[in-house]
Amino acid sequence: MQIFLPIAEVSVNAFILVGLGGLVGLMSGLFGVGGGFLITPLLFFIGIPPAIAVATGANQVVASSVSGVLAHVKRKSVDFRMGGVLLAGGLVGSWLGVWVFTILQQVGQVDLVVQLCYVFFLGLIGAMMLQESVRALRRSSKPGHRKRLHQHNWVHRWPVKVKFRASGLYISVFPPLLVGLAVGVLAAIMGVGGGFIMVPAMIYLLGMPTKVVVGTSLFQITFVTAFTTVMHAVSYNTVDMMLAVLLIIGGVVGAQFGTTLGARLRAEQLRILLALLVLAVCGKLALDLFLTPDDLYSIQQGIT
Amino acid sequence: MRAWTAGLMLLVLTCAASAQSLVPQTDAGSLPVEATPTADPPPQETVVAGLSSDSVAITASFDGSEILIYGAIKRETPIPDGPPVQVIVTVEAPSSSVTVWRKERKAGIWINAESVRIGAAPGFYAVATSAALDDILLPEWDNRYRISLSHAMRAFAGQVAVESAVPFTEALIRIREDEGLYRLDEGSVSLIDQTLFRADVSLPANLVEGAYKTRIFLLRNGEVIDVFVAPINVRKVGLERWLYRLAFDQPFLYGLMSLSVAVFAGWGASAAFRKLRRP
Repeated sequence: MQIFLPIAEVSVNAFILVGLGGLVGLMSGLFGVGGGFLITPLLFFIGIPPAIAVATGANQVVASSVSGVLAHVKRKSVDFRMGGVLLAGGLVGSWLGVWVFTILQQVGQVDLVVQLCYVFFLGLIGAMMLQESVRALRRSSKPGHRKRLHQHNWVHRWPVKVKFRASGLYISVFPPLLVGLAVGVLAAIMGVGGGFIMVPAMIYLLGMPTKVVVGTSLFQITFVTAFTTVMHAVSYNTVDMMLAVLLIIGGVVGAQFGTTLGARLRAEQLRILLALLVLAVCGKLALDLFLTPDDLYSIQQGIT
Repeated sequence: MRAWTAGLMLLVLTCAASAQSLVPQTDAGSLPVEATPTADPPPQETVVAGLSSDSVAITASFDGSEILIYGAIKRETPIPDGPPVQVIVTVEAPSSSVTVWRKERKAGIWINAESVRIGAAPGFYAVATSAALDDILLPEWDNRYRISLSHAMRAFAGQVAVESAVPFTEALIRIREDEGLYRLDEGSVSLIDQTLFRADVSLPANLVEGAYKTRIFLLRNGEVIDVFVAPINVRKVGLERWLYRLAFDQPFLYGLMSLSVAVFAGWGASAAFRKLRRP
């Protein structure tokens, strides 16, 4: 069933969109990731203009993170103060990101920068996940070997210290502000929530306990992507609601199957699968950058 | 008149395939050399035409559309001798500005390097003819009426910084041809007895909205002897229109609405999951 997207002004198969949303929802149910970093490149592949894929991707992440964060609030695994600081950084970052996006659009390099960001971060995260899950699979026979809760490093020596009770931390506000800022910029440019970058940063950089990391990151992501969505809608009119609704419908159903399926499979194997998938998406995007394109010319609407 | 056109439509619709074979074959070498565009006698032959619809509605399930352009050649005198009359039909979307980029390899990766800005290029342009375009249209008449694809775009915006803009404009035409947005269908206008003609122009699914223009050219000896212009209004309707207008007229409200849809869907999903898990 073909459907005409009013903002993207392309006609696509509605079932493909619901399927894509479902696939990404399945991922998020299986692996506990938001899926924004997968949905945006997948939308590129099926021919949605990058600017619209990015803005609508952000809108879709709002839906999946809201449903996630509600569950975490119930379990009291959200550090609201830390989330607030990350959010403050994130909003400034998001504003900066939309501004950077405008400049990139003017010089005609949006596609390049978005693709480069994707190749870099997907490659990094995919490699890290693969390495970690292979290691985990090898020593899965002998559990134990606990790490320390967190290590004190340079981050803890900065001024303006604040107590984060839920995380059990007493650190400067600047590191979380900067993490939030960086994630906000990426969210605006790449159309992702940034959970896949923020979660490692919270654990390894800020030293937050794993228990509150996912809930807090989802809390922050909800608001940053919400802000990004509105910013993109106001500045560029690039949020396609028809597209977002179809993706969300698929995502909601997919997440349900993902959760039940995830309970039956082994976590380490799942993570290897996710890592391989992430690397595959990364590889496809990287090839597009390095191989001689089919057509050297491309058309951009409007005069910049 | 109405009854006549309806009858004609029925006729051409039912025997479209056989009408195709009735198209007179033009002899390329038969264009008389003495034909001069300046000495125009009052037109002895004029076009009377109609469209199957003067508006196209883009609905949510829009998947392209077909427009039938039909008509007749009206003349007071008998059919003149010499090469037969020819018809060119063009359908043109409103123009907008575009930037054409060329990629270059820098530091191993392909990035957009040079660009040419084109002030106005139609979002859609279809040319249907009754015979090979070069055989029935003289270049000076093409220049005057801007009929062929290469004349579709005009006005470079700002300074042209590249050595030659030609590859860029050619690329624009080629890319839009690949996307089905620019099209030259030679011989697709059926002409019966130098009097009746019809052309089917299919509009692709990726249409932009606006006031489209249909032009019908009557040609003899490579010269345009009459032009008929009719508008086609292409617009989004229903939900499509409502969303589109809201997104552009009330972007803040639209943004908030997309958000609330997402929040509601997320909340609804988590609530539904909880119910399903604990039956």
